[in-house]
Amino acid sequence: MYKYNEFDEGFVRERVSQFRAQVERRLDGSLTEDEFKPLRLMNGLYLQLHAYMLRVAIPYGTLNSRQMRQLAMIADKWDQGYGHFTTRQNIQYNWPKLKDVPDILEALADVEMHALQTSGNTIRNVTADHFAGAAADEIADPRPVAELIRQWSTDHPEFQFLPRKFKVAVTGSPNDRAVTKAHDIGLRMVRNDAGEAGYEVIVGGGLGRTPMIGKVIREFLPQAHLLPYLESIVSVYNVLGRRDNKYKARIKITVAENGLDEFRTRVDARFEQVRAQFKGFDQEILAKIEQSFAPPAFRSAPETDYEAARSKNGAFRAWTDTNLAEHKAPGYAIVTVSIKAHGATPGDTTSEQMRVLADIAERFGHDELRISHEQNVILPHIHKSDLPEVYAVLRDNGLATANVGLISDIIACPGMDYCALATARSIPIAQEIATRFDDLKLEHEIGELKLKISGCINACGHHHVGHIGILGLDRAGVESYQITLGGDATETAAVGERAGPGFSADDIVPAIERIVQAYLEHREGPEEIFLETYRRVGMAPFKVALYPEKESAHAA
Amino acid sequence: MSRRPFSPKVVTANALLEGDAIWLTRDDRWTRNMAEAELITDEAVADDRLLFAMSQPDVVVGAYLVDAKDTGNGPEPIHFREDFRTRGPSNYAHGKQVEGV
Ligand code: SF4
Repeated sequence: MYKYNEFDEGFVRERVSQFRAQVERRLDGSLTEDEFKPLRLMNGLYLQLHAYMLRVAIPYGTLNSRQMRQLAMIADKWDQGYGHFTTRQNIQYNWPKLKDVPDILEALADVEMHALQTSGNTIRNVTADHFAGAAADEIADPRPVAELIRQWSTDHPEFQFLPRKFKVAVTGSPNDRAVTKAHDIGLRMVRNDAGEAGYEVIVGGGLGRTPMIGKVIREFLPQAHLLPYLESIVSVYNVLGRRDNKYKARIKITVAENGLDEFRTRVDARFEQVRAQFKGFDQEILAKIEQSFAPPAFRSAPETDYEAARSKNGAFRAWTDTNLAEHKAPGYAIVTVSIKAHGATPGDTTSEQMRVLADIAERFGHDELRISHEQNVILPHIHKSDLPEVYAVLRDNGLATANVGLISDIIACPGMDYCALATARSIPIAQEIATRFDDLKLEHEIGELKLKISGCINACGHHHVGHIGILGLDRAGVESYQITLGGDATETAAVGERAGPGFSADDIVPAIERIVQAYLEHREGPEEIFLETYRRVGMAPFKVALYPEKESAHAA
Repeated sequence: MSRRPFSPKVVTANALLEGDAIWLTRDDRWTRNMAEAELITDEAVADDRLLFAMSQPDVVVGAYLVDAKDTGNGPEPIHFREDFRTRGPSNYAHGKQVEGV
């Protein structure tokens, strides 16, 4: 995996020592909060409802065991013994003390990590397919390019004060697991008819107040043109993007207001200037980066133990049915470790669990871990013969929940339990839904169903692209939950449609149950997943299920 | 034109060091227990107390006025957000609910 060069290392250390001095000046009163706030945000430090919160980037979601152990150490030493994995492949610490944060950043720098550009109007942590480098359907590993973009965008002098934050996601697979169409820029690695590698460039996607599905601005961009082209997009946005209105400042609005064609024309014009400045140095760097992402030495071994364990142990079989994905190397599997035990907080991992995961990665997984935007932990390279043992260790540590892709594998943002921007809580709703469907013992029968919850319109919980989305709002001083149906986060991305009036905290779980019941009644068979049924039958039957009185009054 | 009557308020903020929720008391202290806060019933006094709070940037961050009600046991929050600030998160026993304030 990528190792910091001297420049990266020196730069990160330098930023830590700058921040240490800034914190000291804040504490002795020589910096006001107005002066300090932008400085702390540049270092990923927020002030939330009950405490400070530190957001640490996990670039393209990739960690090794040493880094995971360090995250655990930080959780124990300076926080409450856990961390929260987010939908943008970050980890958030909810309880750091201001005076400790420079030490935390130093501890992160020790393992080549940082919290830079996890806030502010900059290019944020570059995210990637969490199965990168392992997925059977992959054209190429997207992480070298993500790392190149990280290096290019970190501290880029032109792009520290963009009109608004800017998020980039990359996938190397035709099956989009990185939600590229809901990013400011999404990149899909593709090959053209001549077999050359390049990118489909998607621009202007985003969730939040005005959800939009990204549009293809370039169907095929040759690999060598990537950075100059990205630089051109961001630079046109930097000029055209609206700074007068925060709600219109994201690139999705810039593209919508100017029209895709006009935007593309300007980007192309800019590209002609910018590409002359790139003299191939970026390609040399990329080639070097690629070497550090060389696949591990996969071994070949018989899978007989795996098959035997599957037929002997029903719980193991159920887990392998839901939590494994197809690996490109024969005999290997990608393991998704569910961080969604029924009733637990989605994405929260204790320091003990982090260490267990680090141990497994080191012993069985070529020392690699991934964090998914769905708030789970991935062991990307596990040989099938090791799965029974891996499963046993996971089970002993409360990490063997067999629910990946099911209704209890919920994405939930921190909501009003932590977030200062929230309009309602999301975590307790996620906990109750997961617990309820576990009690009903129905979720395996329901099959694939993506439920996503946000605690405000900012949509960090991706509710717009959930098959079922829940948005928590404040309606006259009471928490109220609005449902959307039919969202899709994949290559067939779609924004969900609002089902109708919201539900109280007490009524939202029964409402979700009624939706699921309606699905079970209307589906053509178990192989038709919720989203397919919704696409076939539309909103009507779900409305009847959700609002029985109203709909019957209407009919009368 | 008649003005809307002033609804009682407290001054609240986050502590600079710990970041947790704090409230301004009648005797100019900051308390972590909202029941000890000063309930302000006069608009001019409220503005004055907020200015006082904002003049302490080395102690507090983001001071603001917020509605509260008198319960006989000191002020209590009206909005659920402010209620959560007196307790901490609902998913773990962390924050004020276990800190014995
Ligand atoms: S969606 Fe809203 S409540 Fe949830 S984390 Fe984002 S800003 Fe906070």
